[in-house]
Amino acid sequence: MSATSEGRHLVIGVGNPDRGDDAIGLVVARLVRQTRPSGVTVIEESGDGITLMELWRNAGIVIVIDAAQCDTEPGTIYRFDARLTPLPAQSFHCSTHAFDLAQAVELSRTLNQLPNRLIVYGIVGKQFELGTALDPSVDAAARQVARRVLQDLRDAWGIQVIGEIPK
Amino acid sequence: MKDRTIKVDYLARVEGEGALVVKIKGGKVVDVKLRIFEPPRFFEAFLRGRRFSEAPDITARICGICPVAYQMSACHALEDAVGVRVDGPIRELRRLIYCGEWIQSHALHVYMLHAPDFLGYEDGIRMAADYPAEVKRGLALKKAGNEIVTQLGGREIHPVNVRVGGFYRVPTKSELAPLAQTLNWARDAALQTVRWVASFNFPDIERDYEFVSLRHPDEYPFNEGRIVSDKGLDITVREYDQHFTEEHVEHSNALHSVLKGGGTYFVGPQARYNLNFDRLSPLAQQAARDAGLGNRCRNPFKSIIVRSIELVYACDEALRIIDAYEMPDEPAVSVEPTAATGYGCTEAPRGILYHRYRVDDHGLIVDAKIVPPTSQNQKTIEDDLRRFVTANIDMPTEQLQWQCEQAVRNYDPCISCATHFLKLHVEREP
Repeated sequence: MSATSEGRHLVIGVGNPDRGDDAIGLVVARLVRQTRPSGVTVIEESGDGITLMELWRNAGIVIVIDAAQCDTEPGTIYRFDARLTPLPAQSFHCSTHAFDLAQAVELSRTLNQLPNRLIVYGIVGKQFELGTALDPSVDAAARQVARRVLQDLRDAWGIQVIGEIPK
Repeated sequence: MKDRTIKVDYLARVEGEGALVVKIKGGKVVDVKLRIFEPPRFFEAFLRGRRFSEAPDITARICGICPVAYQMSACHALEDAVGVRVDGPIRELRRLIYCGEWIQSHALHVYMLHAPDFLGYEDGIRMAADYPAEVKRGLALKKAGNEIVTQLGGREIHPVNVRVGGFYRVPTKSELAPLAQTLNWARDAALQTVRWVASFNFPDIERDYEFVSLRHPDEYPFNEGRIVSDKGLDITVREYDQHFTEEHVEHSNALHSVLKGGGTYFVGPQARYNLNFDRLSPLAQQAARDAGLGNRCRNPFKSIIVRSIELVYACDEALRIIDAYEMPDEPAVSVEPTAATGYGCTEAPRGILYHRYRVDDHGLIVDAKIVPPTSQNQKTIEDDLRRFVTANIDMPTEQLQWQCEQAVRNYDPCISCATHFLKLHVEREP
């Protein structure tokens, strides 16, 4: 039996609910959780890199969703196969922690602790100030990303999904 | 004569945003500015009109690294307002969860943020390629801290189980027991950490700082004590505002905290150590002596050793608390609001964290004041940089920038991590 089938499959939404579009990873995680994907644990995390490393160290398939900061339009979606390429570190530098997602990926790679599959979705945010709301363009991207996460789980890895993401 | 500007910018939202600028003109340092943009101002406004019982959970969201500190200072301030005192096992559990937060925070800083400076790596990831065993030890130590915070706080980041008066739920003795096994390992790992960092090379720099920390009659300070300094300050927490003031500075929207009529001061592990060496456990004291430290340490670069000694202490203290623990009958003391002002000050991993709340007779917060450790150290950090650059004015710019960043990281300010990613802009004039 492969390590993939032995390991836990995880969908991890990363974000800070108080900082506007930084909450987007959490929003996607909640949408995915509603579809009850079989054998997949959906987790909401605030983005502490070392906690993320612990979570995915012995996992099988892992999909992480986080807000990104870059010059492209708010709501733009990026998808990275983190086993193949490093994350663009500056784009994911949104963590409220000293050790963020991009660093966690690279430290896991250095220590040979990456999971079998690690897909990272980045959604470009617009506003990250404390107390702000989600930008509508970013909120709309959340449903798109949730559907793509389900597509990954269902089509690529044959995981059964019960619910659907609302339009 | 040439002018140089060492400027470090970043946009990382890591417990605040900031920038560092050092300007050199005519062979002299003419300007040092450390800009930190802090979130507490937002939270002070956000707290007004909220129920007093919400303050621990709201303020915990100020900082992803030290939420326990914010919860503890909020609880103590609000209990002070209504005249409630928490003792016995609940008080001990508060010390225990604080041990967890110190272990998390110090392990991260020592291994991932500060050690790379001494070993010549750009960051902890590059260091991990050559020092995998040490980095794994650091990560496991942090995880040990996480386990304590998770057990008592309900979750490891932004714990939700703390309330004014105590906890929502307290663990049984058997629920705490598994932590002891982890902590026995962690204490040994912390001792190895002290030995490891003591072997680094340190610049020979000492300054006559004014160290400020809590001091308790019997304990190395976490939650309670008088606010003292090594230059004669000795006050109750309630007297804080009479002795400290916050100044607006043009280059930063953070407030700089200074001693009235005094000036800059230094809070954090090194201040606690210098003022409370005699309150460390015998094991932590021995680890300090073995590392070549006396009961005073004024070299800010050696803060990495002091932080490691506090790791030993936090593991040791956590084991003591777990061993002696008896589950209380109630998880919290009942707290009924009255119109009053309360004051709280506890030792966050980075130093004293002061909270003051005015509550009305409906239990609503009328006014809140929060002074985090980093704003208290900010002027001292700038002074250190000014002195360091002055003493090393001819050092090549690249090396100077590296060591300036290292000097900032000595304080583990909430921005320290980001400086590993900074790009240096040097402006030279012919």
